Amino acid sequence: MKHPHTRHNAAGLRSRTGRFTLIALLTALPALLFAWSAGWLSSRLSPQQFVDQLEQNGGRHAGFRRNHAKGLCVSGYFEPSADARRLSTAGVFAAGRHSVNGRLSIPGGNPYGADDKAPLRSLGLQIDGGSAHEWRMALNSSAVFVVARPEDFYALLQAQQPDPVSGRRDKEKLRAFFNRHPETAAFRQWQSQHTPSDSFANSRYNSLNSFVFTDNAGTERYLRWSLIPQQAYQPQAADNGADFLAADFRRRVAQQPQRWTLQLQLAADGDPVNDATRAWPAERPTVNAGTLVINAAGPQQQGACRDINFDPLILPAGIRPSGDPLLAARSAVYSDSFTRRITEQATQEHPHD
Amino acid sequence: MTDHFHWLIRTLHWLMAIAVFAMLCIGAAMVSSVAGSHSWLTGLHRPLGMLILLLALLRLAVRLMTRQPGLPPDMPRLQQRAAQASHILLYSLMIVLPLVGWATLSAGGYPLILAGEVQLPPLLEKSNTLYALLRPAHRWLAYALLLLILAHLAAALFHALIRQDGVLQSMLPGRAKK
Repeated sequence: MKHPHTRHNAAGLRSRTGRFTLIALLTALPALLFAWSAGWLSSRLSPQQFVDQLEQNGGRHAGFRRNHAKGLCVSGYFEPSADARRLSTAGVFAAGRHSVNGRLSIPGGNPYGADDKAPLRSLGLQIDGGSAHEWRMALNSSAVFVVARPEDFYALLQAQQPDPVSGRRDKEKLRAFFNRHPETAAFRQWQSQHTPSDSFANSRYNSLNSFVFTDNAGTERYLRWSLIPQQAYQPQAADNGADFLAADFRRRVAQQPQRWTLQLQLAADGDPVNDATRAWPAERPTVNAGTLVINAAGPQQQGACRDINFDPLILPAGIRPSGDPLLAARSAVYSDSFTRRITEQATQEHPHD
Repeated sequence: MTDHFHWLIRTLHWLMAIAVFAMLCIGAAMVSSVAGSHSWLTGLHRPLGMLILLLALLRLAVRLMTRQPGLPPDMPRLQQRAAQASHILLYSLMIVLPLVGWATLSAGGYPLILAGEVQLPPLLEKSNTLYALLRPAHRWLAYALLLLILAHLAAALFHALIRQDGVLQSMLPGRAKK
């Protein structure tokens, strides 16, 4: 076959240019579609921006989590109740003991943060329910979450960014943020009324976000859960200091296993299942779903929990997420933080590479 | 000389064109968004990746077992070489990318759930070193595949609109004719 330009007359040059233009346009179309998918054509909030902001606020500490950087590794098992089995087909509710890796922590990006100043405490768990039945979660001691939407949490992080000179937060900025966000009232009320306990062991940890349990018959139920300590509450003492939580917990575990009851709270029709700033009425029915037993604890930099992403969307079959917009954001942001710190961790493991 | 690819190759080509391009967009979207779409896109990315891996292996087998239409003999030598190399790279990436994705999840300690009760076993042990290599590799190989696909599309259109040599037709529907 002859090359086309030999077959076309003088007018062919224009149409040849036209055809090249057509090729360029048809190739640019999928390129643009990809650029749009990747968010390159818009200013939408990305997980990377979140983690960058966390680094702005808490500093960048190689190998550590970008939030909840200070903590310790714990392990033990979960023993479900028969009542839990009636609500979900998840393997973690099958009779017996399911091994658990966990992490107790305080918020903030500073791995040497002050325990006595921590606004709340957190517990990450990974429960082994068998293949396709691993259950991960990250719980907080607050009664509700501070905001309902990821973009508002990002704005809060921006408002919390410390002044580069004084190292302090700008109280005016924070006040302005809370004035603009009335949904933060429930969290702030909890904060003002709550006296922290004197230990990780007698703290309560709440899912905050809602999830959906599916039973054998396919019936779906919206619910939230809490780990309620079986250790008695004692208020945090004024002279506990900045560094007591980990040592206290290790001392307690060395004496005896620490236990929590997994309590499910079932939503009624009309309860806000997609809004973590709103608690459900206390009279909603609860179900005792089993017992978490923690019988070992150790420093996080050598423990199994260091390299686990406690992503709340790693769920067993039989549990699925609600439409709460915070869940997808938490999953996306944790994943980016995980990639950053694991990359740093790998460098620390092979310093000469 | 057959002037069409085997019908199964042509079917797989267009099916995978949609699947692979969608997959690249899904991957780019899910890692750059904190919106609700992040979770369902991630849920779609993993089974779709495994489907592409299976289709790519099937396609490779069919391709090796069938006769392919040759390139036009008057095509410049350099273009012929580029065409052959790009096809080898396209096949390689369609197979390697899902495997690197699978290995990335394994190294990161993530369960790879295809759907419901179906979980794939890890390809390798949990490892920070491997995760730190594989996670960026997955990203850069995906960019490479995207660029190759765009070049492949431009070349196909070049054959159809400029050279008018029947190369694009060989991947379109139609009966084999002499």
